Amino acid sequence: MQRGETSVAASTWRGSEWKKLARGLAYIAPAGIIIIVFRVLPIIAAFAVSFYYVMMGKIVGFAGLSQYAMLFRDSEFWNALLNTTYFVIGTVPLSLFLSLFIANLLNQKIRGLGGYRTLYFLPVVTSLVAVAMVWKWIYHPRLGLLNYLVGLVGMTPKMWLEEPRGIFSMIAGGAGLSLPEWASGPSLALVALIITNLWRGLGYNIIIFLAGLQNIPGEYYEAARIDGANRWHMFWKITWPLISPVTFYIVIMTTIVSFQVFTLVYLMTGSPPGGPLGTTKVLVYYIFEKGFESGGDMGYASCVALVLFGIVLSLTLIQRRIIEKRVHYN
Amino acid sequence: MYRLRNVPVHVLLIAGAVSMILPFFWMVSTSFKTPQEIFLFPPTWVPQSPTVHNYVQAWSEVPFPRYFLNTIIIAACMVCGVIITSCLAAYAFAKLEFPGRETLFILMLSMMIVPQAVYLVPSFIIVSALGWMDTYMALIVPWLAQIFSIFLLRQQFRSIPNDYYDAALIDGCSRMGFLWKILVPLSRPTIITIGLFALLGSWNSFIWPLIMTNTDTLRPIQVGLSYFAQEQGTEHGLMMAAATFCVAPVIVIYFFAQKQVIESYAKSGIKG
Repeated sequence: MQRGETSVAASTWRGSEWKKLARGLAYIAPAGIIIIVFRVLPIIAAFAVSFYYVMMGKIVGFAGLSQYAMLFRDSEFWNALLNTTYFVIGTVPLSLFLSLFIANLLNQKIRGLGGYRTLYFLPVVTSLVAVAMVWKWIYHPRLGLLNYLVGLVGMTPKMWLEEPRGIFSMIAGGAGLSLPEWASGPSLALVALIITNLWRGLGYNIIIFLAGLQNIPGEYYEAARIDGANRWHMFWKITWPLISPVTFYIVIMTTIVSFQVFTLVYLMTGSPPGGPLGTTKVLVYYIFEKGFESGGDMGYASCVALVLFGIVLSLTLIQRRIIEKRVHYN
Repeated sequence: MYRLRNVPVHVLLIAGAVSMILPFFWMVSTSFKTPQEIFLFPPTWVPQSPTVHNYVQAWSEVPFPRYFLNTIIIAACMVCGVIITSCLAAYAFAKLEFPGRETLFILMLSMMIVPQAVYLVPSFIIVSALGWMDTYMALIVPWLAQIFSIFLLRQQFRSIPNDYYDAALIDGCSRMGFLWKILVPLSRPTIITIGLFALLGSWNSFIWPLIMTNTDTLRPIQVGLSYFAQEQGTEHGLMMAAATFCVAPVIVIYFFAQKQVIESYAKSGIKG
């Protein structure tokens, strides 16, 4: 009996199941082949290459794990990691706060909602190359618009993208204090990049938050209003918990995207990019520089890229763990 | 009463909107200024004697028409290619039944976590090995399949009842016919969304073509613009004119289709 059933199952598998599988794969093939060659294969290749010494794009010897060990002693790598961390920490909370605040302002019966939405979203569709060029001009130390505006409110002009000093030590210096090296914070140049990055990405987060806010049923607020809750209470007791899956998504996305900042550094700082004094050299720029600019050391560049991957992956998992406990799904 | 309560809200929103627009205004304003006026400090808001000289010179200084043509070719191939490959794959994942379907789908989705930086070096090696370096192939083929677009379209196809599928097959419609004659027309908004993403993605892509091209005549628009910026380091009027005409096409499309663009992004966020 049992044997009979197995053989029936096996024969159907042989016949129609194989046919179904072949049909399914045939439909997937056009996308699938591209994904295998240009998405899957490169990841395998990235690991493979990271075990070899490469110069000018040619393999010159087997390295095993020694390039990973080298990373730990590479002060340029640690500097790039620190700058990237500053960049992420500068971007994520501010972007989250500003976009949630603006989305809340937009989520009521106001005139011109569509107009505001269109304008706030405009930078998102603009190419980063053009954004970098325009902001570099705005930050120009002598002729820039920003120094003019800063002067209008009575502040002294700044060097912006050409200022290697840390902002904490600049602020402390203004008050006559001096900070130790490790506490001087990101350079003003890096802060300038953070501001540009915030400006570029804000609209996307606003739109995502706004869509989330519009999904919260109006009755919840009606009921709370009848119970005498004020706006502040309504935000923390209704909006914040119900919007938490969206917040979670935005925190993860903004973190991942800002960890990979490249174009702004490549086009706005320099020359060579990453200046002044290496204070804006971030990980992806370091990968690019190692692999494509100076000597084509692609093995080492791959090591750095895979470490970046490891960091992004573990941050995503950690954030997921922490936030999952507080996220309320319907 | 209504209006009074909303005044502070509008003040804040307008302040925000002004800071969003100001860089664009500054770009356009600078692009119409003479070199003498650009070197004025404090700067003038509106050009005193507007000139189109910067546009004329920037357009002819480097082969911008060629860059535009390259980008249009790449974008057209990408939009068509992504729509076709996504429809086929999403159809298989949503409607066809075959063993291992869900596993394969999840495996494919998991590829999306890998940061683009990981791909730079190995893609360069693979593209070189294929002999595609410095060709249109390198700029187009790797982008003809988009995992996220397959995902969006599969969600859409799944929302269409299976009864349609069964009924169509019984009536003698082929599987291919059902996809193109019934599923695709019913999914127009999602297909427009993935088309828009492909269009914006190809227009704005930078790192990939930067690495994959050496020849001037093969450069797409953003790479051409970046080289132009590096060469014209101090010619602010020329740079702003070039930046303006390179972003103009996307901004025009955006203003015409802004509702669709914004909704596409909003939808993708919630589902993603």
